[in-house]
Amino acid sequence: MSAWDWVTQLLYVAAATCFVLGLHLMNSPATARRGNQVSTTGMVVAVATTFALVIHAGTVTATGWIVMIAGALIGAGAGLYAARTVEMTAMPQLVSLFNAVGGGAAALVAVNDYVKLAGGVGESTTIFTILDVLIGAVTFSGSIIAAGKLQGLINSAPLTFPGSRIANTVAAVVAVGGGIYMIATPSVPTLVIIILAALVFGVTMVLPIGGADMPVVISLLNAFTGTAVAMAGFVINNWALIIAGALVGASGSILTKLMADAMNRSLTNIMIGGFGTGDTVAAVEGPGGDVRSIQADDAAIQLAYAQKIIIVPGYGLAAAQAQHQVAELAALLEERGVEVSYAIHPVAGRMPGHMNVLLAEANVPYPQLKEMDEINPEFPRADVALVIGANDVTNPAARRPGTAISGMPILDVDQAKSIIVIKRSMGHGYAGIDNELYVNPKTSMFFADAKSALTELTAAVKTLVA
Amino acid sequence: MTTQLLTDIVIFVLALLVGFEVISKVPATLHTPLMSAANSIHGIVLVGAMLIAVTANNALGYILAFVAAAFAAMNVVGGYVVTGRMLKMFRRARTPVPAANPPAAVAGNGQTASQDGGSRP
Repeated sequence: MSAWDWVTQLLYVAAATCFVLGLHLMNSPATARRGNQVSTTGMVVAVATTFALVIHAGTVTATGWIVMIAGALIGAGAGLYAARTVEMTAMPQLVSLFNAVGGGAAALVAVNDYVKLAGGVGESTTIFTILDVLIGAVTFSGSIIAAGKLQGLINSAPLTFPGSRIANTVAAVVAVGGGIYMIATPSVPTLVIIILAALVFGVTMVLPIGGADMPVVISLLNAFTGTAVAMAGFVINNWALIIAGALVGASGSILTKLMADAMNRSLTNIMIGGFGTGDTVAAVEGPGGDVRSIQADDAAIQLAYAQKIIIVPGYGLAAAQAQHQVAELAALLEERGVEVSYAIHPVAGRMPGHMNVLLAEANVPYPQLKEMDEINPEFPRADVALVIGANDVTNPAARRPGTAISGMPILDVDQAKSIIVIKRSMGHGYAGIDNELYVNPKTSMFFADAKSALTELTAAVKTLVA
Repeated sequence: MTTQLLTDIVIFVLALLVGFEVISKVPATLHTPLMSAANSIHGIVLVGAMLIAVTANNALGYILAFVAAAFAAMNVVGGYVVTGRMLKMFRRARTPVPAANPPAAVAGNGQTASQDGGSRP
C-alpha cells in the first residue's frame, strides 16, 4: 500500500468513527444535536476523500465530471428543499423517500460494477452484487409505495388484487432463482430480470400492509437500505460503506423489533398483512356497561383543579394535527401550577418516536415526554389522565389472556384517579375490540374531534381562571 | 475465500455489534431523529456513486453515475438537514419561560410527584 492509499483508507476509518460517535451522542436529547454534527463531519470527510480519490485516478472524462457533479447538485438541491419544507407530520414519508433513494443508489453501484466487468467479477463478489441489487431494488420500490401510502397518494388500507399473493411469490422466486443462476453463469440480462423481479416484489410486499403497520414497515425498509449499502461496500471494497451500512442495518432491526413488540404482532404476521389500517374505525356497537359522557366545562373544572395530569396522546392526535392545541392547554394548566407530563406509547404516531417530534415542535419541553416504562408507575398518583386519540394502547383487556391484544404492553391509564377520553365516537381501534377503559366508572368520555375538543377545553379553562 | 473478503466480513459483523450496542441506548423519545440520522448515514453510498464516474466511458455508465449521484446526494443532504431541524426542536424548557412553574416541574418531576402522593391520605 502506498502512502496515498494509507491516508485515504485512514480517512475512511475516521469517517466511520464519526458515525459511531454521532449515534452514541444520540443517547440523550441534550447531546443529540452535537451527535448529528459529528456525523455530518464524518460524511464531509468521506466525501472529500472520495473526491480526492476521483481526481487522483485521473481517468474521469469531461462528460463523467459533468454528469457526476450535475447529478450531485440536483440531488442535493432536492434533498435540501424537501428537508427544509417538510411538515413534521410528514416525516415518515420523507424518511421513506430517503430510504428509497439510498437503496436505489446502492443497487446502481453494484449494477455498474457488474456491467463494467461484464460479469467477470468472481463468485464471492457476484454473491454480494446479487444481494445488493435484490435488497436495494426491493427497498426502492417498497419505500416509494410506503411513502405514497403515508402521503395518501395510495390508499393506506391493505390493498390486494386477485392474484397479488401469487405475483408476490412469483417475483420472489424469479429474483432468488435468477440470483442463484447468476452465481454459476455470469450474465447481464439475468441481472436485469432480477432487478425487475425485485422491484415487483417490493411493490407487492408493501401494498397489502395497512397504514397502522407503517412504523414497522419503515423501520424494516430502513434496515434493508443499510444492508444494501453494506453489500455495495463489499462489491466495491470500501470499508466506510460496510461500516455505515452495518450501523444502519442494526438501527433499523432494533427499531423494527421494538415496533413489532409494541404492537404485539410478529413481523411475519405484519408482512403477510391483510388486515388493520387504524385509519378508519367503523363505530359498531358500544361495549357493555354504562358510558358517561362529559362536556367541556366539566372536563375543564377537573383539569384546572388537579395537581397532576398525565396526557396520553395517540394516533388520533397526530391524525387531527392537534399537537399545538394540546401544548397550549398544557401550558395554561402549568401556569396554574398543575404538574403536566405526557405518556408516550412506542407506537404513538406513524413512525418510531414520531409523537415526541410532533410535541417537541409544539414547544413541549422534552423532560415532560415520558416513555411507557417511566410513566406507568406514576398513573396511580395522577388526578386526571387525559387520553387523546389513543385507543388500544390504553385497553386494560391486554392484561388478560384471550383477547386480540393480550400481552401487548399498555399504558396503565385505568390506574389514574379519574380519566377523560377525547374521542370522536365509541368506534374500535386497530385491534377491533371494545376498550374496557371506556366503561370504567372513573372514565368520562368527551365525544369530539381532538382539535376542536382541545380548543374548547382551553377556552373553558381560561374562563375558569379569569 | 480471500483474506480481503474475510476482513470485510469481520468488519461487517463487528460494525453490526457496535451498532446494536450503541443504538439500544437511544431513548424512545429520539427514535424518529435516530432513524433520520441513520438515514443520512446510509447516504455514504454517495462515495460509491462518485466512484462510478471513475470508469464511466459510455452512455450507460454516465446514466448510472448521474442517477446514483443524484439519489445519494439527496439522501445525504436531506437526511442531515432534516435531522438537524428536528433535533433543534427538542428543548429542555419552554423557550419563553412564562412563570417559575415549568423549571420547578422540570427539575424535580419525580420528587414533586412523590411528595404529592405521600401527602395525600
